[in-house]
Amino acid sequence: MSKPNIKRGAGIALAAILAAGVSTVAVQAAQKPIVIGVTAEMATIPGKAIANGATLAVQQINAAGGINGRPIKLIIEDNHISTTDAIRSFQRMTRQDHAVAILGAFTSEVALAVEPWSARLHEPFLITGAASNKLAEYVHADYAQRKYIFHAYLPAAYLAQAVCDSTKDLLVPMHMTTAVVLSEDAAWTKPLDAGYDNCLPKVGVKVLGNIRFDPNTTDFTPIYQKIEAMHPSMIMAGWAHVGVQPTVQWAEQKVPVALVGINAQAGSSLFWKATNGATEGVLTGNTSAPGVAITPKTIPFTDAYNKAFGSDPAYSAYSTYDAMYALAAAIKREKSTKPNAIVAGLEKTDMVGTQGRLEFQGKSAKFTHALRYGPGFITGVAIQWQNGVQKCVWPLKLANAKVVFPSFVTASK
Amino acid sequence: MQALQILIDGFAISTLYALGALGFTLIFGVSGVLNLAHGGLLVVSAMVAWYVGTALGADAWVSAAAGIAAGLAVTLVTYGAVVRPVQRSRAIPGAERELFVLTATLLWGVMLQELLDYWFSDTPVAVKPLLSGTVNFLGVRTPINEFLTAAIAWAVMGLLWLLVNRTDIGKRLRATAINPRALTLLGFDLERIYLVAWLIYGLLAGIAGVLIGSFLGSGSSYIAGLTGSAFTIVVLGGLGSVSGTLIAAYIVGYIETLTAYLVSPALREVPALLLLIAVMYVRPQGLLGKR
Repeated sequence: MSKPNIKRGAGIALAAILAAGVSTVAVQAAQKPIVIGVTAEMATIPGKAIANGATLAVQQINAAGGINGRPIKLIIEDNHISTTDAIRSFQRMTRQDHAVAILGAFTSEVALAVEPWSARLHEPFLITGAASNKLAEYVHADYAQRKYIFHAYLPAAYLAQAVCDSTKDLLVPMHMTTAVVLSEDAAWTKPLDAGYDNCLPKVGVKVLGNIRFDPNTTDFTPIYQKIEAMHPSMIMAGWAHVGVQPTVQWAEQKVPVALVGINAQAGSSLFWKATNGATEGVLTGNTSAPGVAITPKTIPFTDAYNKAFGSDPAYSAYSTYDAMYALAAAIKREKSTKPNAIVAGLEKTDMVGTQGRLEFQGKSAKFTHALRYGPGFITGVAIQWQNGVQKCVWPLKLANAKVVFPSFVTASK
Repeated sequence: MQALQILIDGFAISTLYALGALGFTLIFGVSGVLNLAHGGLLVVSAMVAWYVGTALGADAWVSAAAGIAAGLAVTLVTYGAVVRPVQRSRAIPGAERELFVLTATLLWGVMLQELLDYWFSDTPVAVKPLLSGTVNFLGVRTPINEFLTAAIAWAVMGLLWLLVNRTDIGKRLRATAINPRALTLLGFDLERIYLVAWLIYGLLAGIAGVLIGSFLGSGSSYIAGLTGSAFTIVVLGGLGSVSGTLIAAYIVGYIETLTAYLVSPALREVPALLLLIAVMYVRPQGLLGKR
């Protein structure tokens, strides 16, 4: 080979190597994972469900090709129901892991503590289990600074409204028209109680009293005695941090008053075992229910969840699963993982999830960036434990069973 | 009617408090160990009873037996793997040994809580009641299990009294509590006496854990509260005093029940804690304590 030919050959080889190198870098960049964080109370039923819901959604999204060809890398951190742990974890996932957004938190106190950090760090934060009204009101108060926060679950005011709506259709026709509100002392139950007090009289139920109790309470006998003395037909619960003990003692002591309202832990299939079946006849509000086709996505989700984790999803699994899909769609739509682009993408959300149609409220709404509630969006369901199975009893068009209370609940007769 | 309800509920709660605190005071009296993992031992018993009864579907009595066995096992592990190595360590100065044991049991309690969190989650569970149903007792609707629980607790406490006051083993236990050095000089093997004390403690913790779990529920988040409750009762009654513990348990149980019924359930623990502070000012050794 002559010298010019050698030079030409070397040039071609170099160009080929460079081209190969550039295309490799391009492919690698295209496939670089998008990091998404989850903060959850891992030792609790709703917290574990948050992690499971996120995991399942990410597995499915990645199996379908990821977001614009990039896989999601999920980081799950336990916040131990501690505001300090949650804030540290949020900061670490943002700064160190470069998570583009963080989901989770079922405890309102934890979510409220993390919110300022979402605003300061411009880190999108989708709250998927907590229910305090203040979560979305916080965004409304200073939209420009706090627009990175989305309440991807329902504020307590809507949860109370859903309970009132189901009470009107199910219990008032059974002549159950008096209630005592019994709520755990927590941030989310203050607006819930106010909601009950406001909407129950409108549907024909008289509120005879309000009792709030310390979540550390172990003996509910004095409380039930007090309630019985008021002769209500219903105990209107507001429980999420507690559930097992008041339910077990209600059944063991055969308190003759129906247990209804929101008993969040009873939304999980694990609750039957935890209470040794004492949850029979308990009626609770939930955003979705296993085996009920609220949307075409509900049953495939519950089936996949059950197959993957061996139990039916708790309420927070539905909301987290939907939130992960909404986030993925927002990134895909905006073709960017920049915070402002994600916010813009999420604000355009209009999708059918497992709980109903998902849309976040605008900045002028009282509950800015909270999910819309009502017909055509999310309305929630009422489920009742019957013979060890969660049956959907409301909305009536989706119901697969009628309300039946245990024989000791004389108020229902 | 409310007075009778308070009497029944207060009696049931107080009896469980007494049983739960008895082992705690016994082991302090005999071996000088303030076991801050006490609540963990009770909760392990309850969680195993729940698991065997509910997840494995065993009979309530079988699951209770499994829970008691688990309580005994974890108590012996506490003694063998946590307390004894610290007590025998030459690296720790004698004067600081008690403090190290205290710290070791505290950490062991935290470890038990984390392990239970990992295996069972921190969601409380209810142990299967030994008997289900309610009876109408003088017009008060009461779960039968409440009566059975109180009866078992009193039977266990009676047996313990007989063991401590009417047997040779009991004499040795009492002598160890008063003057362990003299007992050694008389040729008794202190290690064996301590082991017997821990065995009794394990049985008491197992039974108390299962009974409390069927009445008040159980879970990893209960550990600190159960240890704190036993601590309060034992300090009020006098550290190491079995009879003081019984009296204190009933005082605390009834004050809490009265507060819950007549004032507010949310304030049920406050008056008993105020009483404890007052007793510590006026009589720091507790009601019947000697040291």
